[in-house]
Amino acid sequence: MVYRESGQFKTTYANDMAMFPITQDRWGLTVIIVIAVVVVPVVASNYWITSLLIPFLIFALAALGLNVLTGYAGQLSLGHAGFMGVGAYAAYNLATRIPDMPLLLSFLGAGLITTVVGMLFGLPSLRIKGFYLAVATLAAQFIIEWAFSSIGWFSGGTATMTLDTPPMIIFGYRIHTPRQRYYLTLGIVMLLTLLAKNLVRSQVGRAWMAMRDMDVAAEAMGIRPLTTKLLAFAISSFYAGVAGALYGFVFLTSVDITAFELERSFRLLFMVIIGGLGSILGSFLGAAFIVLLPILINNAATLFVGTVPTNLIANIELMVFGGLIIFFLIVEPYGLARLWHTTKEKLRLWPFPH
Amino acid sequence: MNVAFFLEVLIGGMLSGVMYALVALGFVLIFKSSGVFNFAQGAMVLFSALTFVRLLEMHIYFWLALALTLIVMIVLAMAIERLVLRPLINQPLIILFMATIGLNFFLEGLAQGVWDNQVHGFELGINDEPFEALRQLTGILVSTFDLVAALIAGTLVLGLSLFFHKTRIGRALRAVSDDHQAALSVGIPLHHIWSITWAAAGIVALVAGMLWGSRLGVQFSLSLITLKALPVLILGGFNSIPGAIVGGLIVGASEKLAEVYLSRFVGGGIENFFPYLLAMVFLIFRPYGLFGDEIIERV
Repeated sequence: MVYRESGQFKTTYANDMAMFPITQDRWGLTVIIVIAVVVVPVVASNYWITSLLIPFLIFALAALGLNVLTGYAGQLSLGHAGFMGVGAYAAYNLATRIPDMPLLLSFLGAGLITTVVGMLFGLPSLRIKGFYLAVATLAAQFIIEWAFSSIGWFSGGTATMTLDTPPMIIFGYRIHTPRQRYYLTLGIVMLLTLLAKNLVRSQVGRAWMAMRDMDVAAEAMGIRPLTTKLLAFAISSFYAGVAGALYGFVFLTSVDITAFELERSFRLLFMVIIGGLGSILGSFLGAAFIVLLPILINNAATLFVGTVPTNLIANIELMVFGGLIIFFLIVEPYGLARLWHTTKEKLRLWPFPH
Repeated sequence: MNVAFFLEVLIGGMLSGVMYALVALGFVLIFKSSGVFNFAQGAMVLFSALTFVRLLEMHIYFWLALALTLIVMIVLAMAIERLVLRPLINQPLIILFMATIGLNFFLEGLAQGVWDNQVHGFELGINDEPFEALRQLTGILVSTFDLVAALIAGTLVLGLSLFFHKTRIGRALRAVSDDHQAALSVGIPLHHIWSITWAAAGIVALVAGMLWGSRLGVQFSLSLITLKALPVLILGGFNSIPGAIVGGLIVGASEKLAEVYLSRFVGGGIENFFPYLLAMVFLIFRPYGLFGDEIIERV
């Protein structure tokens, strides 16, 4: 009844190419943005902002990057946590080694450096496919982990593993309260999401999807595999790099390679798959699910503290996490985004489904 | 450069590579018969070894404990087939892959939740000392334990190859790996076949767990040897049983040689990623591993 596009005619080319052709979608998005920008900072407590919303936004950004690569271009990567690490270390080194480096420029630089690294590790994708590629990207993960933990130059010659990030200053304003950090993250995430949304419906995005669906056919149609695949790796790692820089500077306020281990790569892949492959919305839903799930399980587990030894609780958490992942894959293998899609289809006919 | 020392490192590396190959074998078995990339193999190694050790610690007779662990692994395989694989039939392989990562988390939790997360010492009764005859003959030090492990791995590979190529079930398994639907249509029971493969992979995991467990102690880090087995796997090819052994030999030897001769130039710790780098370089020239089936693509 409410969600129906009848009567909305596309009378201009601009209308036809609009990002959200349906009015209700535009309104819905506006409401979400207003909530994110105005309501949330007023309502949410500091705990909510620092330990739920900021990680959610950062991981949504990283998942978005991985979704570009895996969901749109069809290349599996198990090295994305490593790329986030590259971003974090690059931003740290840019911010501390270059005097008076503007913060946003060092984030941008971090993204660009990660892009180069990502393209380097994306080169084998031209020859290697499927799970062989997935294992080959593990090489990226391990080499990056090794480089940051054993080459002293990256950590500024200090012996400590954890590097405290310098204070964040943008145009003379110091960003340190939870709300300021939230706005910084939100701004960057919204900007990059807008970019991604437009990218995937452009010529580049269509080339990616053709490459994903059948690369030989795409090549026969005149899509260059080299540029297309490398571009996917480049953009995907740019997102990962910026997300990594944000994770280090905004969330942890320190840079430490143990935050970017293989397990994190798996979680990113879970976000993409549970959210929905090849869906921008899915990246956000998946990130919300994977960020919130351990916290929920943990909170549920604390109810039993005292009756069950803590050791056992940690193991039960692992089991519940693994079990829920499997359960979710069985129930909805195409992810949360598909769930939303079906809901939309139902809403169109509601309340007269026949 | 000392030749005897070089040989020692080479042989030691190759033998430890055979141990990696044992873990890789479990992957190959499952990939060969269902196309599923089973990331939970490492967790299965941990689970089986922990079960076995804890049964032994309850003062159960060795062979009885072994039999009980085998039964547990077979039941586990059937449960996985029923609860995880069957509902996911006909889904894209990446979904199945992610499901096995979920399974990996689950099994790690289960193994340590049911048993515990202490380090358990475990003795197989094989000396981890230099093999005397070889030492007297050539002066090269090679651990007896490594030799026995290599022997066991070799037997397992030979047995599995024969099983796959000579028996009825083996033929059925190969048929399933070629094409699920075609295999179903000629009357091969898919569920049944999958249970058998997972059980076989579970048994291989137990063997690997026993050998690795007696070397490192039975503990959580056993499940991390998955990561050592993966380069072996892509070097040899995902669906080749002899490939796993050859890959293991190459990875083991090159890893040890790199650690001894290269690490001082780059600052140590390259053991962790060197196999991956090597495998990646190999893959650029042979994208399906040394012995893997080449996939012919048609439009």
